[in-house]
Amino acid sequence: MAEIQSPLPGVFYRKPGPDKDPYVQEGERVETGQVIGMVEIMKQFTEVHSDVAGTLESFSVEDAAMVNPGDVLAVVDEG
Amino acid sequence: MAISTLLVANRGEIAVRIIRSAQDMGIRTVLAVSEIDQQSLAAELADVVAVVGPAPAQASYLNAEAIVIAGKETGCDAVHPGYGFLSENAAFARRVQESGMTWVGPDPDVIDLMGHKTRALEAAIAADVPVLPGSNGPLEGDDDAVLALAREVGFPLVIKASAGGGGRGIRLVRAEEDLLKTVDVARAEASASFGDPTVYLERYVERARHVEVQVLGDGETFLHLGDRDCSLQRRSQKIVEEAPAPDLPDHVRERIRESAVNLARLAGYTGVGTVEYLYDPVRHEAAFIEMNTRLQVEHPVTEFVTGVDLVAEQLRIASTGRTELRQEDIRFDGHSIECRINAEDPDRNFLPSPGTLTRLDWPEGEDYRVDTGVRSGDTVAPFYDSLLAKLVVHGHDRAEAVRRMSEGLAATHIEGIKTTVPLLARLVTDPVFEKVGHWTTYIETEMLSTGSPE
Repeated sequence: MAEIQSPLPGVFYRKPGPDKDPYVQEGERVETGQVIGMVEIMKQFTEVHSDVAGTLESFSVEDAAMVNPGDVLAVVDEG
Repeated sequence: MAISTLLVANRGEIAVRIIRSAQDMGIRTVLAVSEIDQQSLAAELADVVAVVGPAPAQASYLNAEAIVIAGKETGCDAVHPGYGFLSENAAFARRVQESGMTWVGPDPDVIDLMGHKTRALEAAIAADVPVLPGSNGPLEGDDDAVLALAREVGFPLVIKASAGGGGRGIRLVRAEEDLLKTVDVARAEASASFGDPTVYLERYVERARHVEVQVLGDGETFLHLGDRDCSLQRRSQKIVEEAPAPDLPDHVRERIRESAVNLARLAGYTGVGTVEYLYDPVRHEAAFIEMNTRLQVEHPVTEFVTGVDLVAEQLRIASTGRTELRQEDIRFDGHSIECRINAEDPDRNFLPSPGTLTRLDWPEGEDYRVDTGVRSGDTVAPFYDSLLAKLVVHGHDRAEAVRRMSEGLAATHIEGIKTTVPLLARLVTDPVFEKVGHWTTYIETEMLSTGSPE
């Protein structure tokens, strides 16, 4: 299992826009470097990538939740 | 209708700015705030505070319905939107008017007109505002017609999405062989991004400066309050602004001032607005960019050189439908510069830097003005724009203003978060800026790429 952490404080979004589909659904396969969400801070958006390939088991925070640096955003099952 | 209670629908330094002028005029103020802004400086100054939603802007400062309800419930008879947020949202302006409150700004139809790139361009042409050579409206016709137009305009040129804006939907074409395929790609992109495939074509100006004219109108009388230069930008965001625009030939200054007033007159403009131009320092030609139908962030530099309180004028025009100002009354004195201090770390690619302000010292003196919404001990939240404060100076001439700004930045001490103060200190003493040799992408293409020590 690998944890994907937030690199910075802000608001975590699972979708690129309010009326868009999520970047990835729980249970889907992700590749190394794939975008799994983004964090907004002061109107700047930073994409969050997976460092590993595998299955995205679960998201640890809700869409549009406040996060701090180091908070676990999602868990990936490598393999 | 005379305004007795004003709803301020904004936050931070501009909310403080609006409340101060309103209170000077004897107007009671109600501040619409998000839950986390209830203890802000603006909230402390306002007569009444109305919570309109939780911290995220979408749920509070952009929540049009909640803001209108708050205004009605607290007995407001007018709404000042500040800048950003809902200030250029015609639907919100209409909603305010339909609820029986006065909108402190131009008619919603004028907001709509200026918000649409090709319609605004057509209005500018009708008002004899100089524009760049190009299609002067939607790009139409077959391949031969597009090629003929492009040859007339010359290369490089740009293809822009009519429904785009804010630097998005723009494609640069340097050579004729790339033209037609780029037009196809631009149309497809515009359709996918903005739901409208309409594009237009215009000349591309390398190393352009950004100049603009402050205008004011009441539907009958229209005048300008001079020009500004806002050419020091980072990613199309202004960082340093000044008034008057330096090193501008007299005929160009006259042309932009007169044509800006013409455009305001053609639109039947009410309130304050700004006509923005791109200035080509090689050709000595200015060309229309857009008109902003609201108060601008950089309005203090115009106030410093004219002595006119632009917020008070907005409120007077909204209140009485008239301005007492006449063009011949507007006098210009000296030079003013503004630096935008952002809560960002210039050493970490301008990463926003929220946190608690443990120290906040500003320069003092009559030649300095600090517009800010924070006090020492306040927390800068991650939810909103990173603008922390605007440091504004006045000097007899540009050289004196530059020197005062440099001294003022040295006397500014902000601790607890990272700010752009060190970058601003470098910018205002940069020899290229001092000689007015800078342009709108100078910071990215020259200053930050040369790797000079920070």
